Amino acid sequence: MSEASNTGAAPYDEMHTADGSVRPHYTSYAEWLDDVPRALIDRKRSEADIAFHRVGITFNVYGAEGGKERLIPFDLLPRIIPGREWRELERGLAQRVRALNAFLADIYHGQEILRAGRIPADQIINNAQFRPEMKGVDVPGGLYSMISGIDLVRAAGADGRGEFFVLEDNLRVPSGVSYLLENRKMMMRLFPDLFSRYHVQPVDHYPDLLLETLRAVAPAGVIDPTVVVLTPGAYNSAYFEHSFLAQQMGVELVEGQDMFVQDDVLYMRTTQGPRRVDVIYRRIDDDFLDPLAFRPDSMLGVPGLMRAYRAGHVTLANAVGTGVADDKSIYPYVPEMVRFYLGEEPVLNNVPTWMLREKDDLAYVLDHLPELVVKEVHGAGGYGMLVGPASTRAEIEDFRRRILLAPEKYIAQPTLSLSTCPTFVEAGIAPRHIDLRPFVLSGGKEIRMVPGGLTRVALKEGSLVVNSSQGGGTKDTWVVD
Amino acid sequence: MLSRTADHLYWMARYTERAENTVRMIDVSYRMSMLPHAGGDDHGNWRAILDISELSAAYARTGRPLSPRDVIEFVLLDRDNLSSVWNCLRAARENAHAVRGKLTGEMWETTNATWLEIRDLTPERLHEMDLGAFFEWVKFRSHLLRGVTVGTMFHDDAFQFARLGTFLERADNTARLLDVKYHALMPAGEDAQGATDYYQWGSLLRSVSAFETYRQVYRDVITPHKVAELLMLNDAMPRSLHACLDEVVDILGQVANARSCETIRKAGALHASLHYGSMDDIFAVGLHESLEKFLACINKLGDRISNDFLVPVAIA
Repeated sequence: MSEASNTGAAPYDEMHTADGSVRPHYTSYAEWLDDVPRALIDRKRSEADIAFHRVGITFNVYGAEGGKERLIPFDLLPRIIPGREWRELERGLAQRVRALNAFLADIYHGQEILRAGRIPADQIINNAQFRPEMKGVDVPGGLYSMISGIDLVRAAGADGRGEFFVLEDNLRVPSGVSYLLENRKMMMRLFPDLFSRYHVQPVDHYPDLLLETLRAVAPAGVIDPTVVVLTPGAYNSAYFEHSFLAQQMGVELVEGQDMFVQDDVLYMRTTQGPRRVDVIYRRIDDDFLDPLAFRPDSMLGVPGLMRAYRAGHVTLANAVGTGVADDKSIYPYVPEMVRFYLGEEPVLNNVPTWMLREKDDLAYVLDHLPELVVKEVHGAGGYGMLVGPASTRAEIEDFRRRILLAPEKYIAQPTLSLSTCPTFVEAGIAPRHIDLRPFVLSGGKEIRMVPGGLTRVALKEGSLVVNSSQGGGTKDTWVVD
Repeated sequence: MLSRTADHLYWMARYTERAENTVRMIDVSYRMSMLPHAGGDDHGNWRAILDISELSAAYARTGRPLSPRDVIEFVLLDRDNLSSVWNCLRAARENAHAVRGKLTGEMWETTNATWLEIRDLTPERLHEMDLGAFFEWVKFRSHLLRGVTVGTMFHDDAFQFARLGTFLERADNTARLLDVKYHALMPAGEDAQGATDYYQWGSLLRSVSAFETYRQVYRDVITPHKVAELLMLNDAMPRSLHACLDEVVDILGQVANARSCETIRKAGALHASLHYGSMDDIFAVGLHESLEKFLACINKLGDRISNDFLVPVAIA
């Protein structure tokens, strides 16, 4: 565990080595940055701000005044990843997602991994994200998570080299890809000269790959499937993304009220009458899909959808029940899945994790709270976590009480020294912590992704929380050769 | 196309058109309030605006006096008046937001920018600025959205439903505009001739940018009879009832579905009454009565369209 823990070493800087010199893949950018007047950068920043506002690339904040739309701060200084590093990551990501999909298929069918004793059975059976409704249901291609968002961080190893770790797998409705695409569009518009200087690998074809992926998982026998994107509506925090993706793919953006089920077949209401729907890229959680199967109070879904789904008349992407594989209590077992299903050694590292349901782990964690990050197993969005080194004594003691009430609800990890990337802040250019979320598409035979991913940046000095709901920003991510 | 999508596009266009016509209506009253009066009812003009927009009761509840300043504020900016220009532009933007993926980038940016510009406008600032310039601004934002729609949107069903909203709303609004002047002008001087008529009916023509057109068509003095004819029966006059119904009938033919036969028939009948109508017949019934009947038909047609294609409404 020592190589990943915060041993007081300086965090890995994406642009500079420890002695302050510029890493080779940033050299050309650094030269450009030295030459360019600060006033020009400032002007470009306000240009970008205006353009994002005008285009309305926003997310809605729950609970904020009047449910207002807010811009995610966009940083003009790109995060650059050398091509050879990316290819390694890509290999690891494809491997990981393949294993996760095999795990999901297994859990809802034979449950061999449980019988082999590689994962304690009660971890699955008693998991709130496990959907008994899905047992024995065959899904097209055996695929469950067609769109996976894998959160990676880079931490400084003992030797000062940066190493990637998977922080979290998002297999339900991972969002953020629209910012990835819009950030690139904005950078190309603001700095066309930079793109002629660098050979930045393009990402714009993502909607194409997504559409192909969705078409590939249509129910058997459907030749020309009708694909739709299902959104909870215009007030959802990720509504911009839902509408953006539907538009880019040229498919309908539907709400639950636009569809109905008749004789286990799903239709949408069009101006020309009912039209059959074959594939739903759904951006709402399992619980809200069908009031007849899940929450009866939900108005977001379609009554009868689960029956149509189980009958194999419509495909949901991602499948129902994928949450059981991205749960934080399952995360520690993913490397084991890679070995069990693929017979390979994992390419990507997990962050070492203590499970507080285990006696020994609990004891260790309670003794070391000020050094650790403790997370709720079902938490998301940076809520419900303790960042030990950044917390006061009182906060730590308060969290200790919460843990003792229900230790099984928590996991703990060493405080990773997240890598930093130079970022434009009020005072000039300063290092800020970042992470990376690549989007991995599984459909048909191949696993595909666009190079890079969404880089999120914690704009507050020293902060490790990059979530947009907590004031994080984003950067364009360049994979260069 | 998704019915809800069509519904949002239709209402985006309707609300934008309504905002435009509301300022046209206010504009004409505002201009007329600057003319010397022949001892007529100073308030009649403003009361007529509220009557014809079906806002009198709502206005009475505000407890405000019937002053130009108060009525203008109410009709343009009042947050509680759902038909105020402010609320129309907000509703247009909300409808656009709900289907922004179906709009071209320029369409979305146009309606979003319009809303962002009017969003924080306070009554204080409104009265400080040149009202005429504000009216122009609203009209031009509406022109811009319509132009961007025609100029950038793929001309499929989605486009047709946006256009349908525009012309249905415009037919309704032109009829109201004409009726409001009838209310305001006729009781004062039923056989009025000469300068007063010229200015008052002239300002009505100007409000729909038809003053020069009138001269070109009639080469004659301005009479209520001919103004009404131009705005009701002339199919080359883009804001006339006839021209609007030309478009509505054409669009309904293009988007027809299995349910819409009766709606198409009703629209055709209304169109025919304008196509083959004469002003003598209309005045024999009474201009006001004819316009009221027309408004009722347009209203029912709107409900039928919602039920056949969009999101069903309860038919009264």
